[in-house]
Amino acid sequence: MKFAKLTKLTAMLVALAAPGLSRAEDTVKVGILHSLSGTMAISETSLRDILIFTFDEINAKGGVLGKKIEPVVADGASDWPLFAEKAEQLLTKDKVAVTFGCWTSVSRKSVLPVFEKNKGLLFYPVQYEGEEMSPNIFYTAEAVNQQATPAVDYLLEEGFKKFYLIGTDYVYPQTTNLVLLEYLLSKGIPIENIGGGFRKDDKGEIISAGKYTPFGHTDFQQIVAEIKEFAAGGNACVINTINGDANVPFFKEIASAGIKSDSCPIVSFSLSEDEFRALPTKDLIGHLGCWTYFMSLDTPANKKFASDFQTWLGSTSYPGIKKENRVTCSPMVLSYNGVYLWKAAVEKAGTFEVEKVMAALESGISFDGPGGKVTSQKNHHLTKNVYIGETLPTGQFQVIKSFDGVVGEPFLKGTFKKK
Amino acid sequence: MDLKTKSLQFGKEHGVAVAIALFLLIGIPVLSSISPSFQVNIWGKYLCYAALAVSLNWLWGYTGLLCLCQSLFFALGGYMIGMHLMLLIGKLGAYKSDLPDFMVFLGYKELPSFWQPFYSFLFSGGMVILLPGLVAFIFGWLAFRSRIKGVYFSILSQALTYAATLLFFKNDIVMGGNNGFTDFRFFLGMDIRAKSTQIILYEASAVFLGLCIFFIWWITRTKFGMIQQAVRDSENRVLFSGYATTAYKLFVFTVSAIMAGIAGAFYVPQVGIINPSEMATSKSLDVVVWVAVGGRGTLYGPVLGAILVNLMKSYTTRYYPDYWLIISGAIFIFVVLFMPNGVVGLPKQLGGMWTKFNKMRSPAEPLTQAS
Repeated sequence: MKFAKLTKLTAMLVALAAPGLSRAEDTVKVGILHSLSGTMAISETSLRDILIFTFDEINAKGGVLGKKIEPVVADGASDWPLFAEKAEQLLTKDKVAVTFGCWTSVSRKSVLPVFEKNKGLLFYPVQYEGEEMSPNIFYTAEAVNQQATPAVDYLLEEGFKKFYLIGTDYVYPQTTNLVLLEYLLSKGIPIENIGGGFRKDDKGEIISAGKYTPFGHTDFQQIVAEIKEFAAGGNACVINTINGDANVPFFKEIASAGIKSDSCPIVSFSLSEDEFRALPTKDLIGHLGCWTYFMSLDTPANKKFASDFQTWLGSTSYPGIKKENRVTCSPMVLSYNGVYLWKAAVEKAGTFEVEKVMAALESGISFDGPGGKVTSQKNHHLTKNVYIGETLPTGQFQVIKSFDGVVGEPFLKGTFKKK
Repeated sequence: MDLKTKSLQFGKEHGVAVAIALFLLIGIPVLSSISPSFQVNIWGKYLCYAALAVSLNWLWGYTGLLCLCQSLFFALGGYMIGMHLMLLIGKLGAYKSDLPDFMVFLGYKELPSFWQPFYSFLFSGGMVILLPGLVAFIFGWLAFRSRIKGVYFSILSQALTYAATLLFFKNDIVMGGNNGFTDFRFFLGMDIRAKSTQIILYEASAVFLGLCIFFIWWITRTKFGMIQQAVRDSENRVLFSGYATTAYKLFVFTVSAIMAGIAGAFYVPQVGIINPSEMATSKSLDVVVWVAVGGRGTLYGPVLGAILVNLMKSYTTRYYPDYWLIISGAIFIFVVLFMPNGVVGLPKQLGGMWTKFNKMRSPAEPLTQAS
């Protein structure tokens, strides 16, 4: 009696577990590591959504090497030590073949040792400061020379001679502005035409260029007055690396000070279509943005991508996905490109093994993405097109200039020589 | 307060605690050596959080000072050991330079002078104790001397940690800015990423936590502890009885900050990163939640609360990434509304409800028979 019960129970358990077991064989686990809660959730949730969309798209066409992608989603919760903990869990417990994740530099820095220790593979999709090249990370992100220096090229071409640098005080703006300082000097811009101030070390060498404000800064009155004075002589523009919410009071102050986009344009590197969902666009009309993808790109690939995403939003039953007023932006497309590059690399290598997949990526793999053709490089970055756009009242960008096939270069500091 | 509970006898709850302690000391490392996917450093993190909660509980639960800057002291301790760990990386960083990476790309050519002594482990260890202690002493002296108490003290302490967060975000002070310190390689000559090192660090955190608990257990039974708790219950009466309450509060505040600082020093090598978000105001509030969930003013409550809440956070952020905030919020509200003494007080609370229920039932029975 007891024995019969036991066998019955075992049989039931086996029956329950069997579909799970058989499923495990024809799927491959892929990690998603983004903040779905906390301060970064507003940006990073969109990346989770686009990744799930991409996996569904690939699975509908038969998966990768005949295996369906099984997403393993972990919430980094905008908590940096938690990112490292989740990364370790994904790599050692779930044994994911690849992870797509991180937005902030600090989250990437937090997981980097974990990916190196466990020989994992991470795709990082958001514009960043460079100065890093981990053997276990592939950066689909824009490097500084795929955003900041092309933007400066465009402004120089337009005849601007004075550049004011302003940003939030953390690594990305600090590094970008130091690179820009060298770049501007190499283009023959005299140092007194670079605004925002400099900080020098004991020996008089510049270690920081530009004006910096803390995260979430709200009082821009004095800084904007300084910009107005700086721009008074004409031919001036502003390079803005302010992050997140602080852009709202900054652009409000700019508008109320009467600084117009036609006389003194502001080019921002941290504001994409997705940020405009939460930002009042009216103060930004006419100012510039620079990314390797714009939603307004008029190409068949982009049109198909955007409409497929909207159709998927309408039909998906994945929990927690917002369906209304959704847009696509560069970090989303770079996540999308990352998944397809990984798929192509796996198919080229014929295996999911990280080392071989990385070697395939390093050998140069191309994918025709929504933002044009991207090609993986030996230095773990991408060659891709760069676009400069003007902000429209709709929160979209109108492309006014494009640079084709810009090679991503993470180490830029000290590479531009003064004329 | 019931004076009987103050006796030095070995209660039942201590038996349970010793059993749990033995499991933590021996069970976790054994588990981690059996299973390669078991992350001993996560448990190390929980224990550091537990020590932090113990330090806050001593302030809040036993002295009545709701301090909202406990994570500042924790982070300061972490930063001090972090500076030492950064210098130990040596030429293994991205730039193959003796300077920490963040200094290289900020253009520093040589180590700033205040970083020099951090090559010494003893100096760094000393600073782990000294810096949080000093900050707490100065802040506490100014606050308590001016008779700032209650909610005003809480608000002031929150402002202090907020200001410190903004300060540490600035790259000018050469403490790594927003990215803070990461990518540590060595600690006391050991490879910091090796499992054996992690087990050693874990054991050290466990022993430190044990010492903290023992210290609280001992001091609350001394005359000092009695006065300290009297300060919590009615500060004016203690003051009028001739005790300088300011000195008592200042001592407790300073020692609790040192305790938090040491916990932070154990925390950083195990999680591998320290940055200013670790001292953000929300982190200090987290500690308050752990103490409240576990049981404020109890010996083991904060330990239990810290481990339970963080265990749940680890689990839900992986298995219910979309709902974990709702789950943890609901649990906190439930505990605050229905479990005033936290998890530790639950058996007593349930016992009380059971006797009440029995009392209600027994007189009801004759009534039903009568009808």
